[in-house]
Amino acid sequence: MSELTLTLIKLGFLAVLWLFVLSAVSVIRSDIFGTKAPSTPRPAKQKAPAKVGRTKARKPPRGNPTTLKIVDGPNAGQSVPLGDGPILLGRGTDAAIRLDDDYVSTRHARFATNGEQWFVEDLGSTNGTYLGSQRITTPIPIGLGIQVRLGKTIVELQK
Amino acid sequence: MTTPVWVPRKRRGAELFLTFLAVFIGIAAYASVGLGAEGTIPADTYKLGGALIVVAIATHLIVRRVAPYADPVLLPLVISLNGLGLAMIYRLDIGRQQIDPARAAFANSQLVWTAVGIAAFAGILIAVRDHRRLQTLTYTFGAAAIGLLILPLIPGVGQTINGARIWVVLFGFSFQPGEAAKVCLAIFFAGYLVVKRDALALAGRRIMGIDLPRGRDLGPILACWLISVGILVFQRDLGSSLLFFGLFVVMLYVSTERPGWIVVGGLLFGAGAYFGYAAFGHVRVRFDAWLDPFGDPDRNGQVINGLFGLAHGGILGQGLGQGSPQLTPYSFSDFIAASMGEELGLTGLMAILLIYGLIVERGLRIALTCRDAFGKLLAAGLAFSFALQVFVVVGGVTRLIPLTGLTTPFMAQGGSSVVMNWAIIGLLLRISDQTRRPAPEISTFDSNDETQVVKIS
Repeated sequence: MSELTLTLIKLGFLAVLWLFVLSAVSVIRSDIFGTKAPSTPRPAKQKAPAKVGRTKARKPPRGNPTTLKIVDGPNAGQSVPLGDGPILLGRGTDAAIRLDDDYVSTRHARFATNGEQWFVEDLGSTNGTYLGSQRITTPIPIGLGIQVRLGKTIVELQK
Repeated sequence: MTTPVWVPRKRRGAELFLTFLAVFIGIAAYASVGLGAEGTIPADTYKLGGALIVVAIATHLIVRRVAPYADPVLLPLVISLNGLGLAMIYRLDIGRQQIDPARAAFANSQLVWTAVGIAAFAGILIAVRDHRRLQTLTYTFGAAAIGLLILPLIPGVGQTINGARIWVVLFGFSFQPGEAAKVCLAIFFAGYLVVKRDALALAGRRIMGIDLPRGRDLGPILACWLISVGILVFQRDLGSSLLFFGLFVVMLYVSTERPGWIVVGGLLFGAGAYFGYAAFGHVRVRFDAWLDPFGDPDRNGQVINGLFGLAHGGILGQGLGQGSPQLTPYSFSDFIAASMGEELGLTGLMAILLIYGLIVERGLRIALTCRDAFGKLLAAGLAFSFALQVFVVVGGVTRLIPLTGLTTPFMAQGGSSVVMNWAIIGLLLRISDQTRRPAPEISTFDSNDETQVVKIS
């Protein structure tokens, strides 16, 4: 093997190594500068309910929610006013409403706002927090009248 | 809504492309080692290349199936490092056996350990479907970490190799449980701090501008940390104690958002380093080798050889298989960074360090975007421990800091290190999959039903 060939192999290898690093960087680049919002936000999401054929029970009411109300379950009828701070739901003493529901964890779920949108987040509860039939794993934005189920309790945001 | 809409993108195609590039780098390195050292492409290149491609496709398919939204660059970055490490270990086997044919070859066992590591990676992705389930096992992991650290001290099981009693020998396999303890401790710290961080940050007295938390909040974590660091000092494993200490301080800082912890940690580290220097002879040897290696060339031969190797490599390196990195003791494990520097030069070593940097960046990025506090802390802790480990070992080899024995992740010869680092990548991919996955569809449901079929995903 001649000296020249070995040098060329060496330089070629270094070039491939850097090509790899740079292509990894270019894949990352989109992440560093943030994801851009698409012009049509989430077409798949909007189509999905129609595809299932589910008729919407009611139009989602508009406006800002002011209370968090328990609509079903052992504590039905209780409510808590919404402020700026997060609201904790569960069976524990530090919860905003102490739920007498055996299927609810001590610290079950949290409602929090970023100023314009309310989110519900499961706090690692045993039986989970559900939106419809979906168990939530991440904070989910919720609007007025969307029912969230914790154990046998159902809560929703109301005006 | 004015907030920008998060568009979940899988980017699995990009991952496949990068994975092929990474596999190509591994095979090319192996072939050019053969060309450089022996003049021919090694006979088993096709076998090895085929195996690598099969393994890469298998891992890619597993990720596509069980973690479709996971980060697309972590896996290829790790595969490239592992391939480079395997090629370099093979190269050092050739070089060391030229000196003395009786010396052990490590390439094959390292290949087997890599396979075990990838199996662990796949196993974690499949078994841990939601990383928050790990939070329920917080104290189990804490106890497991301490158990693993004590294991080498048990007579009959533990073994002292090179002055450090950190090895466990079972059924003919030697294993360093400290590597596994690192992951367990990270999970324990994350799970504990998530629950207690408010108490740690808010309840307590303020002394000298630093909010000191109450003893009962800090107690368990301090006890766990003291036990682990104490065991490590007792076992004379300086590198790992430094790593655990850094992990502990950074996770406290991340969870409480108090910069005071960094100050306290820095002061404690300074005190510990001074105490180590004053009390332990082997620490003093390391310090002297760092400050003045040429003062005692016989004793500091390893550090000096590493520096000579790096100088011999220069900007472009000697070319794979054409330097003489095998002259440095432990050139295949602790000093693999110097071996890489000699054969690939500054250009190649910088690329490798950049790959490490990108892995850490991805880990911290996962921590930033992660929406639950446990995943955030765990990802930040794992990414930071990775960064600290690379800094300590490469800094030690290049004489930026005193040399401590830590493995270069994914490259250095050593089964436990490779397996546990693959496990760490599995955990990071699991967290990033949860993070990047789009939110489930919102729909109203009929609340009158007493029971209903619920799909648990």
